[in-house]
Amino acid sequence: MWSRRQGRLRPTVCGVEELRRRRREREAALRKARREQQLVSKRLLRNDAPEEAGEGCVAAILGETEVQQFLRQAQRGTEEKEREGALVSLRRGLQHPETQQTFIRLEGSMRTLVGLLTSNQALLQLEAARCLHELSHSEQSTVAEACLPATSYLLTYLSSHSSDFIELCLYTLGNLIVESEAVRRQLLPQGIVPALAACIQSPHVAVLEALGYALSQLLQAEEAPEKIIPSSILASTLPQHMLQMLQPGPKLNPGVAVEFAWCLHYIICSQVSNPLLIGHGALSTLGLLLLDLAGAVQKTEDAGLELLACPVLRCLSNLLTEAAVETVGGQMQLRDERVVAALFILLQFFFQKQPSLLPEGLWLLNNLTANSPSFCTSLLSLDLIEPLLQLLPVSNVVSVMVLTVLCNVAEKGPAYCQRLWPGPLLPALLHTLAFSDTEVVGQSLELLHLLFLYQPEAVQVFLQQSGLQALERHQEEAQLQDRVYALQQTALQG
Amino acid sequence: MQLPPALCARLAAGPGAAEPLPVERDPAAGAAPFRFVARPVRFPREHQFFEDGDVQRHLYLQDVIMQVADVPEKPRVPAFACQVAGCCQVFDALDDYEHHYHTLHGNVCSFCKRAFPSGHLLDAHILEWHDSLFQILSERQDMCLVEGCTEKFKTSRDRKDHMVRMHLYPADFRFDKPKKSRSPASAEAPGDSGERSEGEAMEICSEPVAASPAPAGERRIYRHRIPSTICFGQGAARGFKSNKKKTKQC
Repeated sequence: MWSRRQGRLRPTVCGVEELRRRRREREAALRKARREQQLVSKRLLRNDAPEEAGEGCVAAILGETEVQQFLRQAQRGTEEKEREGALVSLRRGLQHPETQQTFIRLEGSMRTLVGLLTSNQALLQLEAARCLHELSHSEQSTVAEACLPATSYLLTYLSSHSSDFIELCLYTLGNLIVESEAVRRQLLPQGIVPALAACIQSPHVAVLEALGYALSQLLQAEEAPEKIIPSSILASTLPQHMLQMLQPGPKLNPGVAVEFAWCLHYIICSQVSNPLLIGHGALSTLGLLLLDLAGAVQKTEDAGLELLACPVLRCLSNLLTEAAVETVGGQMQLRDERVVAALFILLQFFFQKQPSLLPEGLWLLNNLTANSPSFCTSLLSLDLIEPLLQLLPVSNVVSVMVLTVLCNVAEKGPAYCQRLWPGPLLPALLHTLAFSDTEVVGQSLELLHLLFLYQPEAVQVFLQQSGLQALERHQEEAQLQDRVYALQQTALQG
Repeated sequence: MQLPPALCARLAAGPGAAEPLPVERDPAAGAAPFRFVARPVRFPREHQFFEDGDVQRHLYLQDVIMQVADVPEKPRVPAFACQVAGCCQVFDALDDYEHHYHTLHGNVCSFCKRAFPSGHLLDAHILEWHDSLFQILSERQDMCLVEGCTEKFKTSRDRKDHMVRMHLYPADFRFDKPKKSRSPASAEAPGDSGERSEGEAMEICSEPVAASPAPAGERRIYRHRIPSTICFGQGAARGFKSNKKKTKQC
């Protein structure tokens, strides 16, 4: 789908401004939905250009008679082209919610459509499947649920050999899956997981992307951590195959990788059986993918790499919290310092293109450095402290995370703090002490404490640069008082 | 955000871990009122931390709608006919032919020429219809048609019940045709009752099969003139006794 979409990135009939406005609206709606834990999105696979429709850009709404007529023509027409044409007209009409409602209210309509879907006329099958797909995309549950009689057939056809048809069935199933728990309660016993697992062997990129989409919808379900992931997914060969799809190299397809990376994220953040994934080499695969992404980011302009980077960062970060990460020798499985280099390249990319992803990148940096003297040393030896400090002004959340990472380094002792000072760190801290956000200031105080402890010479410079006044500003703040006082004492005694 | 120039070189160079500087902690570091402890953090799925990334993900999923469908039309080629013996369906686009071929000539039973949507269903069919050892054994073993389920049953009735109860499959699932008895009552002339058309959707048979819009139980009879451009092969034998009359439609 990704490769197909690249040809479509042109301004539409409406201007660029209109597109931006719509995007902002959609973004606001999505945020609201997420806060209400109702984040559901469906994917529409529409292949024909609007010009095909004839006069207008948009097909007309169909009335009951017309729907019946098209169905009858499709079912009993004599000429194959005529039958196919009837279904095409029906499908265009079904782009409208009103036609969809008309269709589902018509007795026997779904039965007829299923009959056409399972007929031995290949082109009728495809068109019938496209009609179903339009219906599956509806936002109204009644319409999507009306497609349930077709699901056993959609699943059967996943083992067929026509890649276009399989792709269509997969997107349709993916849309239905996300509709409601009731739908999933039918699909799971019908064997959707084994059917999806069988598709993963397909050599067709479009099929794999569609499969990833359908699977990601299944894994995103609220009941997935309890009812789907442990029993079905982890018992299958899907996790190993998913990791294979994420291995960098010439065969890596970005569109496919995005879908499977999100699948992996939903599995990992459910915390059902992460040691199993680590056992399958998830950490090293994802680490290598991160390197690959950093390389790609330097070369190409955009191409939506952040869509892949985000789930990869999340997977790595969450996996690093597992105890299984430590092997017997107490060393982390992920030790390659290129990961740190790659992460900073990505942070720079986010800084320029997608600042909202900076916290996620810094989260990984925290998890890498927290218990790893080696990675902390890399930060120092690769001269990454100053770039890190440059992120401080971005936002309070980012500031807190930057300071936390610096604390990770500083808490390892004098050998580390010696490399932190002299340098830009102290001026930066004096600056953050001027912030009003309590958490930012609190973290700054923690860092100062470590710096004073392991690098006492810094105290003098701190005093000379009006450090005490900077501290005084916060001595009334309940959450900060104790620490402010302690630092003031240290500074005065030093 | 300025990165040191050597960083890209480091990325391009080989793997390696930095030799860690010596770690030496002073207990005063964690002494009250200071409370920092270095620790990896985990976030569960619904955490607010993920909001921005999730929203980006869903914008991407929805993005397809916002773009004018500018996909080039299926490339058309000069009309050609399907090369499978006996099939004379004509095409002018390769995608259409691919779908036709896989649907009608893909998983075909070599005994009775029926086509099935998947290898799994073909295997089940051959075992149940054409395996003579299978027939001799007094215990039938119809397998469940749902991929991943390993249950087996003595009768097709039992299998159907299982599929309906356990797998929530429709009772009239088209690819679960019960084994026919070889009585003379099962005629195969065109215009036969709909009972035959019910489960034979994928069969290369003499009539286009369509779902009856009437409620289950009512049978419809379909009589259609097949257009001359359409050919369904040499006609399928109904049972596996080859003494039934073959109907040629081409």
